[in-house]
Amino acid sequence: MKRVAFIALALVLVSPAAAQEEQSTAPYAYRQLDDAAKETKAQRLMESLRCLQCQGQSIADSDAPIAGSMRSLVRERIAAGEDPEAIRAWLIERYGDYVSYAPQFTTLTWPLFAVPAVLLLIAFLLLRRRFTRKPEDGQ
Amino acid sequence: MTDTPKAPRWALWLPLALFLGFVVLVMIGLYHPADRNISSGLVGKAMPQFDLPPALPGRPGLDSKILANGKPHLVNVFASWCIPCRVEAPQLGELAKAGIPIEGISVRDTTENLQGFLEQNGDPFQRVGADDDGKVQLALGSSGVPETYVVDGKGTIVYQHIGEIRPEHLGLILEKLNEAKQ
Repeated sequence: MKRVAFIALALVLVSPAAAQEEQSTAPYAYRQLDDAAKETKAQRLMESLRCLQCQGQSIADSDAPIAGSMRSLVRERIAAGEDPEAIRAWLIERYGDYVSYAPQFTTLTWPLFAVPAVLLLIAFLLLRRRFTRKPEDGQ
Repeated sequence: MTDTPKAPRWALWLPLALFLGFVVLVMIGLYHPADRNISSGLVGKAMPQFDLPPALPGRPGLDSKILANGKPHLVNVFASWCIPCRVEAPQLGELAKAGIPIEGISVRDTTENLQGFLEQNGDPFQRVGADDDGKVQLALGSSGVPETYVVDGKGTIVYQHIGEIRPEHLGLILEKLNEAKQ
């Protein structure tokens, strides 16, 4: 019992040895742009960029410090008049397609776009054969 | 519907075969999970231009121009709050002792924490730049800490090491530095 109490006390007293990661000091990590139209533009881009640390979230949703840095980067560049797709391309150049949630049409990904169209076409052809009455069945 | 052709006998086993194939796929995924490291697209390209203020009082900051001074450098992206950075500290110390210039970029850190970290784990750095807003980290294509870049004398990134440098990685890092000399 004494030992349990000691361990409990130790757990309370010992502060974690590692320091906390600081939030990004970038100006627009947690501040919106004053220009509402530009903020909307930035928001739309941020929702389609992946946080590199918590890889299932967009940088708009994530509270990871690196996401803060990325938000500020996006907002500052939008404020400076840069095109959202240019910012996306800048990030893709560094982190690969992975950083973007917006699917890119490349030599690797084109089957993803082609297969549904082909399946629809096949389904249409099959159904047409089934629904068209053959002439000899007619009354 | 009496004229439907009878399915061949082997077709009976098809669902089971499909299921087993699926299980095999899941097992492969379980035992060889996908690589979650995001490597920088800048390997083989020039170091981005930046000029970071000093992270430590009385010590120089890090200007990317210094990386193109004709000698290969190691650029270590680190932070005091990063546990694996403690693990790689002895290896960086060894590299520094071997005369390799190591430049530090401390990401989202405070001077106080950084000083404590270097006191505890040794200071292998020639210069340490403070990347408090994380912009240089993004410009580098770095997605976490620690990461170490081998930069040749012309300022081109020739290699990116993701994660801590463990003793078994020293050979590889030295090899990349040697390649960078040529």
